[in-house]
Amino acid sequence: MINQPLANQPLSIELRKISKRFGRVQANKDIDLKVQRGTIHGIVGENGAGKSTLMSILYGFYQADKGEILINGKPVKIKSSRDAISSGIGMVHQHFMLVDTFTVLENVILGAEQSALLKASEVNAREALQHLSDEYQMSVPLDALVGELPVGQQQRTEILKALYRNAEILILDEPTGVLTPQEADQLFRVLQALKERGVTVILITHKLREIMDITDNVSVLRLGEIVSTHRTADTSTAELAELMVGRKLQTQQFNKIDNPTTDNGIEVRNLTVTDERGLTRLDNVSFEVKRGEIVGIAGVAGNGQSTLLEVLAGIQSPGSGSFTINDYQVDANSPITPKEMREIGVQHVPEDRLRLGLVKSFSAAESSVLGYQNRKRFNWRLFLNIRKIRAACKKLMQAFDVRPPDPKLKSSSFSGGNQQKLILARELDKSPAVLLVGQPTRGVDIGAIELIHQKIIDIRDDNCAVLLVSVELDEIMTLSDHIIVMFEGHIVGTMKGSDADKTTLGLMMANAMDDAA
Amino acid sequence: MDSLLNAQTVLSTLDATLRVSTPLILCAMAGLFSERSGIIDISLEGKMLSAAFASGALAAVTGSAWIALAGAIITSILLSLLHGFACITNRGDQVVSGLAINVLASGLTIVLGIAWFSQGGQTPALASEARFMPFELPLIESIAHIPFIGPFMQSVISGHNLLVYVALLAVPLTWWIVYKTRFGLQLRAVGENPLAVDTAGISVSQLRYKSVMIAGILCGIAGTYLAIAQNAAFAREMTAGQGYIALAAMIFGKWRPVPALLACLMFGFLDAVSIRLQGVALPGIGEVPVQLIQALPYVLTVVLLAGFIGKAVAPKAIGVPFVKER
Repeated sequence: MINQPLANQPLSIELRKISKRFGRVQANKDIDLKVQRGTIHGIVGENGAGKSTLMSILYGFYQADKGEILINGKPVKIKSSRDAISSGIGMVHQHFMLVDTFTVLENVILGAEQSALLKASEVNAREALQHLSDEYQMSVPLDALVGELPVGQQQRTEILKALYRNAEILILDEPTGVLTPQEADQLFRVLQALKERGVTVILITHKLREIMDITDNVSVLRLGEIVSTHRTADTSTAELAELMVGRKLQTQQFNKIDNPTTDNGIEVRNLTVTDERGLTRLDNVSFEVKRGEIVGIAGVAGNGQSTLLEVLAGIQSPGSGSFTINDYQVDANSPITPKEMREIGVQHVPEDRLRLGLVKSFSAAESSVLGYQNRKRFNWRLFLNIRKIRAACKKLMQAFDVRPPDPKLKSSSFSGGNQQKLILARELDKSPAVLLVGQPTRGVDIGAIELIHQKIIDIRDDNCAVLLVSVELDEIMTLSDHIIVMFEGHIVGTMKGSDADKTTLGLMMANAMDDAA
Repeated sequence: MDSLLNAQTVLSTLDATLRVSTPLILCAMAGLFSERSGIIDISLEGKMLSAAFASGALAAVTGSAWIALAGAIITSILLSLLHGFACITNRGDQVVSGLAINVLASGLTIVLGIAWFSQGGQTPALASEARFMPFELPLIESIAHIPFIGPFMQSVISGHNLLVYVALLAVPLTWWIVYKTRFGLQLRAVGENPLAVDTAGISVSQLRYKSVMIAGILCGIAGTYLAIAQNAAFAREMTAGQGYIALAAMIFGKWRPVPALLACLMFGFLDAVSIRLQGVALPGIGEVPVQLIQALPYVLTVVLLAGFIGKAVAPKAIGVPFVKER
């Protein structure tokens, strides 16, 4: 907990007593932060700890109520993005600030045009970008439409954008959330190269391993305050996690079921799905999930897991092949709707909670009955019985520790973790015979992850068949009794949860088992 | 049949097409600037109507077509600023604001017209000095003898008033601004992703205000054309829905200048043909009722919008007020 005296190097950024308040919420309180030039400084904290607010202040989205910002030792006023850019600050936002219908080149010069006509700017930018991409080994096709590029390349476009504006300070907000492990590695190599050339990098993330791997120093934010700043080498993930949450975390270890019952909850037979563009999303997939076990589907995002989950939930129709779910046979000729799924005891926690899980503008109470709004206990004649719905919601909130436990609050005012807990509560409350879960802890705080994992294990122990889809390999390994790895729509490997190891799974995910063998 | 298809008729129909299309082209370009910046502009109609009234009134009072043009442009820009104040500054609903401007224009032009000129909402008829009159392009005589091109140039391209040429020039100019200049790049970006523009250090509101003001200028010219170039006075409701047709043409053109021009010309052509076809017996069909022919452009609008053109992909951020919040 003792702040290490930092080495005597010139400071790139110094924040003094930065405070920001939104209504009753104190988002940042007396933040003091010193970042040395040419280092990678990590900032960690739970969702809502004030990381984004702090960075928004630095990038001119908000103005601090109090406090001072010094860049290279000089006090600056940052009132807009323009001020930030001219102070040498570049930012790669979590949601990229790119125009999808523009080429990479157009995106880079937008706002940094040198003349009223584009031609000259384009010629200059093309040359400069060529230099930059050679220097940092990040090639991006300059004339490709950004919307058609994979996210990794979109992110590089963002970095190039900042570098083209001569950024000496680069802020990255949760940069690896959307990347494959390989893309993340490439990003880190680029960041290292930037650091060697004297660029200061601020990395905001909740993935502690990334902090340990790449940063030089790390600050922990909790409830709007900096609770510690350490040299990364002097700390550990366990210590950081504790500081973030403010209490000791148990390392989660669950017993693995090696020999489950023989009773199948889900049985998939030769499932093949082709999308509207003619691409094969699922390629002859067959597997089983027994009752009382968790089968985890591992894989880099976009390798067919989402399609599988949606087919099993009745959202997409199965192309060819069939599956049996809770003893109901489903194929293209006898499809099943999500509504029927709910009635036969199959519950689904969707991957994208904001798109499929709840309605942002609904109150928590309304979101907590979505899909079950026709059940008798929520209705009175033609009307919804709002009092009963609220009471039921309150109960769910207490059981799953949803904070704040206020059913009248808008769904969008809850943090990601609490939204997820609410959805999980809604589905688990129906005591499912089969549970389909997608990315249960995406964007969720460490504290909430504990609870969510425990609830999933509990439902398994109630003899429920659980299919878990996650891009977080740690999560798959912690929870699954049986692991299936998918690559480009087909199953490339399976493994027992009890003898899973990361290296093998990683190789399977990259479909590189044969090369390694 | 001969009378329908001889060279003279074809040329004069094309000539009429150009005349009828002029306000459509100007308004379509106006709509393009506004909508590319993310502001829905159904007030093209109202702006054009107000501009037509302003030019008619000013031309009658001052006797100068140029003063009338300036006044019309200013009137139209003021309405644009009103639209901008409602939609950009106060983040109001863009359709409602546009509709309000149309209703306002429709009522106010008549009230003021009656109050000032007492001619049932008309402005006084203008002498030719107070109007933009047709003129022959220079050197046109010297190419008149070239087959096809000569007569085409002489009877279709030449012999219009100045504002027709302004409209025709507005299209390549719009194209050049939108695709080749810094302003154009920012304009296209702000309609797609205003947040990206904001984080690039550019003011979203300023950019949008500039765009709606350009739309105001173009609508001002269109209105002037109607009142003091094509006609010799302002008449109540003289825009007769052309603002909406221009909007539709711009959408057919998928928010791109040249396809929008073609759509405008198509509407203009249908209109011109419908005038020709009145009272003419078509072989095998007989005489087509005038009303049916006059309805053709509107029927076509619905039919084409219903799916013949293919999916029109609007700028992504269109109609969404920009709120800087995360």
